[in-house]
Amino acid sequence: MRLIKHFSRKYLREEVLPTNFCPGCFNGVLINALSKAFIELGIDDLRNYVFVSGIGCSSWIPSPYIKADSLHTLHGRAIPVATGVKLARPDLEVVVIGGDGDLASIGLGHLIHAARRNMDLLVILVNNYVYGMTRGQMSPTTPMGLITATTPYGSFEYPIDVCKVIASTNANYVARWTIAHFINLKNSIKDALSRYRRGFRFIEVVAPCITYVARRLGKRASEVIKELLKLGVRVKDPNDLDRYSREGRIGIGILKAEDKPGYVELYEEYVRRVISRERT
Amino acid sequence: MVTGNEAVAEGAIAAGCNFYVGYPITPSSEIMHYMAEKLPRTGGVFFQAEDELAAINVAIGASWGGARVMTATSGPGFSLMQEGIGYAVMTETPLVIVNVMRVGPATGQATKPAQGDLMQARWGRHGDQAVPVLAPESPQEAFELTVKAFAIAEELRVPVILLSDEFIAHMREVIELPDYESIKIPNRRRPKSLSEAPFGSKDPRVAPPMPPLGEGYYVLVTGSTHNEWGYRDTRSFETHYKLSKRLWDKVWLNIDKIFEYEARYVDDAEVGFVAFGSIARSVKMAVKVLREKGVKAGFVRLKTLWPLDLKPIRNLCSMCKVVIVPELSLGQLVLDVERANEGNAKVISYGKVGGGEPIYPRELVKIALEGLKS
Repeated sequence: MRLIKHFSRKYLREEVLPTNFCPGCFNGVLINALSKAFIELGIDDLRNYVFVSGIGCSSWIPSPYIKADSLHTLHGRAIPVATGVKLARPDLEVVVIGGDGDLASIGLGHLIHAARRNMDLLVILVNNYVYGMTRGQMSPTTPMGLITATTPYGSFEYPIDVCKVIASTNANYVARWTIAHFINLKNSIKDALSRYRRGFRFIEVVAPCITYVARRLGKRASEVIKELLKLGVRVKDPNDLDRYSREGRIGIGILKAEDKPGYVELYEEYVRRVISRERT
Repeated sequence: MVTGNEAVAEGAIAAGCNFYVGYPITPSSEIMHYMAEKLPRTGGVFFQAEDELAAINVAIGASWGGARVMTATSGPGFSLMQEGIGYAVMTETPLVIVNVMRVGPATGQATKPAQGDLMQARWGRHGDQAVPVLAPESPQEAFELTVKAFAIAEELRVPVILLSDEFIAHMREVIELPDYESIKIPNRRRPKSLSEAPFGSKDPRVAPPMPPLGEGYYVLVTGSTHNEWGYRDTRSFETHYKLSKRLWDKVWLNIDKIFEYEARYVDDAEVGFVAFGSIARSVKMAVKVLREKGVKAGFVRLKTLWPLDLKPIRNLCSMCKVVIVPELSLGQLVLDVERANEGNAKVISYGKVGGGEPIYPRELVKIALEGLKS
């Protein structure tokens, strides 16, 4: 029998495999989508990439699994740390991976401000609908009615649609896919690292927690994927997102794709202006 | 003529600071204004964060990006930064944090001086950690200690706290600037090869090398307990104990490099003072007045508040009948003096805070005379 090396492995730290994600966890799908995107972009190794993550299950994707420089930061603070790295080293591609608890709850302020500044970062939000690492509490994206550890009788809070919020800022690129839309997800990652290489790029990946969402609902991974394919509805205008979420569906697609200068270019231009004024 | 805040900013520039991040807060904002004007002119980075949580974490990211970084704040912002400072300790990230102390807790009196953050500067983070804390008494020293803070930060890969206060921040004095060419602070050491671990060191006094990003080191930085290569180990006793002990020793075993103090007229003193920061100025005047009255007074002024060498205080206490500890708080430094005192001296805490009231030399003279009588 000939063993074929999985295509993702060249971007991973062999010595820490297998991952300690739960069996059936969708984090692996994102790792594969990232890997496919890197392969198709002809990226051999990730030495020009810096991954920054906070606290939570999806924050473990880059740290320690992805073989690149990575900073595993405090809960909610991945984006500020990534901002610091990017401003000190604008030559490096800085990617943030985090969950809904990390980026949309404790770190939401930073997320919005980075988007407002059109900070040159790629941010991938893995929305699993709960706090997985701390055993399945309600998160800001938990759909109404869902039973979680802290909403044992069903959540009654309105959730946040992060894509809609980010699309309303100066962010260059906003897209949402589910893990069932693998090729679209991979293409969005590719776009965000090639065609739309500057400014703030935001990709939400809907990846329900296999342990604390799917299992509680009595669903297996394959059933979740089928359901996500059914629930996903293509949206182009972020204003349509609400309508679909009220129907219990998930608006997916590229919601925004612009190529304005990002913060780094604006700052560099500011510095040039200051220095040229000094000289005259 | 510069203010203490301007002296801090100028000290940072002299020390090669090329990245400033902060969030506006009284009474530290002038540091930010100064850096906003200066840094873009030299191609450095000035960044205004959305809050102090962001500020400290941007600073950490920038430091890993190779920049020489400073942030400045005041009480409430300093409290918000604590978790980040702990992360900088754990990840051995060099940076300088300036806290211009004001009256607290909470919003307190935003424009008024205090010294109530002494314990917060030393112990504000959760868990075991050691962070150098320096405290200037004048704009001149604010400049010098800011330079020193950068030198310690780069050499030991630690966050260093400069504890100023509103009096120093806004007092204007003539300062003498050295030739900046003479201030050459070496950058943090880089690994010589891929086989040199970024989070381990045989000699606990020496910081491990800090790998640059983007050069194939594939460094793993984490605030979780980690081994010398940065791999998380959140279970074993050995890994955690080894790491936290090394981080602790890195500061404490370098106490000779970090700790500085000033002591005068101690040898024959019968009444002593222990103080730091702006209040040390009143102490010096009080000692002069007492000496003129024929009272043998002396003082110890701490320029370094952490790590703390108790010897000079112990020595003062062994000489004196009375040791007075004046501070702009209800009594924090006094705890160290009580700890250092081996029962020889009567330790008097003189804490006073609020409304911008200084501690006047005449108050200290009075307490000294009364203390000696009773």
